[in-house]
Amino acid sequence: MARYIGGRVIQLVVICFFISIVAFLLVHLLPGDPTYTILGPNDTAQARAELLRQLGLDKSLPAQYWTWIGNVFHGNLGISFLTHQTVSNAVGEAFPIDLELIIVSQAMAFIVAIPLALVAALRPNRLFDRIATTSTYALLAVPTFVVAVILVLVVAVKIHIFPATGYNPLSQGIGPNLKSVLLPSISLAVGSVAIYYRLLRADMIATLQEDFITMARAKGLSTPYILLRHALRPSSFALLAGAGLSIGSLFTGAFVVEILFQLPGIGFQIIQAINARDYLVVQGMALVVAIAYVVINFGVDILFTFLDPRVRRA
Amino acid sequence: MPDAGIAADDVERIEDFESLQGMTQPEPVRAVEARSGLGVVFWVSFAWVAVMVLLAVLASVLPIKNPNFQDYTAVNIGPSVHHLLGTDELGRDLLSRIIYGSRVSFVIGFASVGLALVVGGAFGLLAGYTGGWIDSVLNAGSLVVLAFPALLAILVIEAFWKPTTLLKLTLMFAVAGAPSLFRVIRATTLSFANREFVVAARTMGATTWRILVRELLPNVVPAAVSFALIGVAVAIILEGSLAFLGLSITLPTASLGNIINEGVQNNNLSLNPFIALWPSIYIFLLLVALNLMADRLRSRFDVRAGNL
Repeated sequence: MARYIGGRVIQLVVICFFISIVAFLLVHLLPGDPTYTILGPNDTAQARAELLRQLGLDKSLPAQYWTWIGNVFHGNLGISFLTHQTVSNAVGEAFPIDLELIIVSQAMAFIVAIPLALVAALRPNRLFDRIATTSTYALLAVPTFVVAVILVLVVAVKIHIFPATGYNPLSQGIGPNLKSVLLPSISLAVGSVAIYYRLLRADMIATLQEDFITMARAKGLSTPYILLRHALRPSSFALLAGAGLSIGSLFTGAFVVEILFQLPGIGFQIIQAINARDYLVVQGMALVVAIAYVVINFGVDILFTFLDPRVRRA
Repeated sequence: MPDAGIAADDVERIEDFESLQGMTQPEPVRAVEARSGLGVVFWVSFAWVAVMVLLAVLASVLPIKNPNFQDYTAVNIGPSVHHLLGTDELGRDLLSRIIYGSRVSFVIGFASVGLALVVGGAFGLLAGYTGGWIDSVLNAGSLVVLAFPALLAILVIEAFWKPTTLLKLTLMFAVAGAPSLFRVIRATTLSFANREFVVAARTMGATTWRILVRELLPNVVPAAVSFALIGVAVAIILEGSLAFLGLSITLPTASLGNIINEGVQNNNLSLNPFIALWPSIYIFLLLVALNLMADRLRSRFDVRAGNL
């Protein structure tokens, strides 16, 4: 067990190292001179050279990387050219919004998908299953931005129940906060419902054909009890793996949703930074998102070892 | 596959999932009936996609209006005889904007995935068959690329690599898509690499090149194609998201995403919801068809369901 986790940690560290290199190079190797961004096109060559020196951009790439990664470990991702706020501060303000969106939307997705999958798997290929399975196809095919647009159209524009845009931080109370993330979260949840439903249903159908389920039935246990206590856990591996792997696409979806609903999360900030060529912000946020993504996936993998002892031995 | 080695099985499932973004696991019942052919669903979806592609290819010779012509006498009108789907806030014909806009989606979708398929496929075959350090290096590389959410990476690259052109977008999408295709093709190749016919070919002295191309490739193609179709769907969604964020092809060139984007700007959603609605419906139907095609192909050719 300890060996397995140790191996995975080493893997994680190696991947994080490569991610940091990619994030570093992403900004440094691409054409475009940051001094033009900061000083504008009309400044002197001397001022440019001076600025390059100040930013440490005149050194060799490995030396720059070394300085940069050292700062990163001290939580210093640089300072935004635009707002003069530290990048770590900006990330600290923006990241919780993405997390909240992802957590709320995933909770919604599980609440809808799990019961649907359980009922559908109970009688595969019958009416309920067919309807649910076909409609998840439809859900799978709708991109987040389309769901979001239609939701805004129906709920916020036609009937004024929810505010269409804007974000209320948690400090303004749970009610207003939830109200401002509800529509964005629903937009994100729609695709996840389809994915989770399909993963759980397929595994559930297989599990329900096992001997221990027949045994449980023979003991006279009620169907809900069998579904929840006997069948759900051994059927939930693909579901969990799926949830872990969705994280990447959820960030992507969250970006789109943040723009439409004007939530100042990572996506919103990063687009603003991109438009302003505020390259340290872009780099810092890209690094944080990518690292968060691999760390969450690592967490899911470790979770597996607790759920299923067989993974450890493999 | 209830009990047989959850670990190995799950790894495959996870890889499946990665690329399929939640396509169903083929259940045994389905696989048996699927032996008989691809079925009506596949061909209907295929016909639908084919018609859409044809419309996009033939857009310039079809009797439709200029997508960028602004008719100020007909602004924001609903569907009518002159404008089948109505016009937008600048009086541009929505039908022709959508058809021209779909060109961008199709070029990026098919070209980038095609490219990713060739590159990812070649490396996948090689890594799956030869194993060793080549496999380890390529595998680690693909994981690193996959660790970046594609939209994020593309956004960042775009920011520093102006101006955004169709070619650059296609290249970036290909790079983003290649690792997933690599992983699927590698996994499929692995499942064939030590089968009897491959061992037999090797025993008879066939070269590595011959084994890769003549023995393994034909067996890998079905899985790769079904997977690539999902890739096309994903690429179309990504391009749509980019365009929706205003970061794909520059205006006034129409693309499905930027039509939707224009449809939600300036209070257009309440003034004329059709601008956002039509392209949304178009994307939806296109993606349903692509997903269905991929699903049918998969259950028809799925090796695991065939109990190999």
